Amino acid sequence: MPTQRFSCSLNNLEKICDYITTCTEEAGLDESEVYAVQLAVDEASTNIIEHGYGEECPSRIDITCEKIDDGLKVVIYDDARPFDPTSVPEPEINVSLEELKPRGLGIYLMRKMMDDVQYQSNPDTGNTLTMIKRHVKCR
Amino acid sequence: MDIQTTDFKRCTLVKTSGRIDGSNAPTLAQKLKEITGKGIRNIVFDMGEVTFVASAGWWVLIDTQKTCKPSGELVLVKVEKGIKDSLNLVGMGSYFRTYDDVTTAVGDF
Repeated sequence: MPTQRFSCSLNNLEKICDYITTCTEEAGLDESEVYAVQLAVDEASTNIIEHGYGEECPSRIDITCEKIDDGLKVVIYDDARPFDPTSVPEPEINVSLEELKPRGLGIYLMRKMMDDVQYQSNPDTGNTLTMIKRHVKCR
Repeated sequence: MDIQTTDFKRCTLVKTSGRIDGSNAPTLAQKLKEITGKGIRNIVFDMGEVTFVASAGWWVLIDTQKTCKPSGELVLVKVEKGIKDSLNLVGMGSYFRTYDDVTTAVGDF
């Protein structure tokens, strides 16, 4: 599946989702797995657009899908300032509604939806977020 | 983002369709704040045509729920399975009561 490049706008989230839908269907994921990957990639992309760049938009958000033996690998490349989503602590979820704080839910969702999430940052090549979703029948 | 509202005697029904993500969650937030700004605390959110909810959307609904409670409540109707599963997976399903149909949800207020 070819790499797709998206410009820095929250308005592109739907286009990103459409691309991911095609990837997941080609990889043979089931309906709930498709939604999980859509959600994880949406949260990762939103995070890059809103937090990775501050006021400056990235020059690129490139997304590559690769069908693997037991599912799908999605790789998101960007050249924002480094921000490791895997280092963000889990939000406090099992609290009363009043105590619930809007921090880290997107990243938490991303990690819960996928089977593996890895982040790498390189000053020369930018940031790479690799996420894997394994097909339930292969687990 | 098209958002329709219908006022009933004891609650307001809100309906939208498609995706709720970082691009349009502020629009939904503004509409819900307009409703709660009128003092309305009982809200039925019809999600029968909502296909996707990102965390930005959930925070809008959680903020609204905080405003509505304890005198009222925001309830969700016809939540698609994938959406409901994602909410339950992160342990936040308990913050909302859900219904399978609008009539029962409206009638429960």
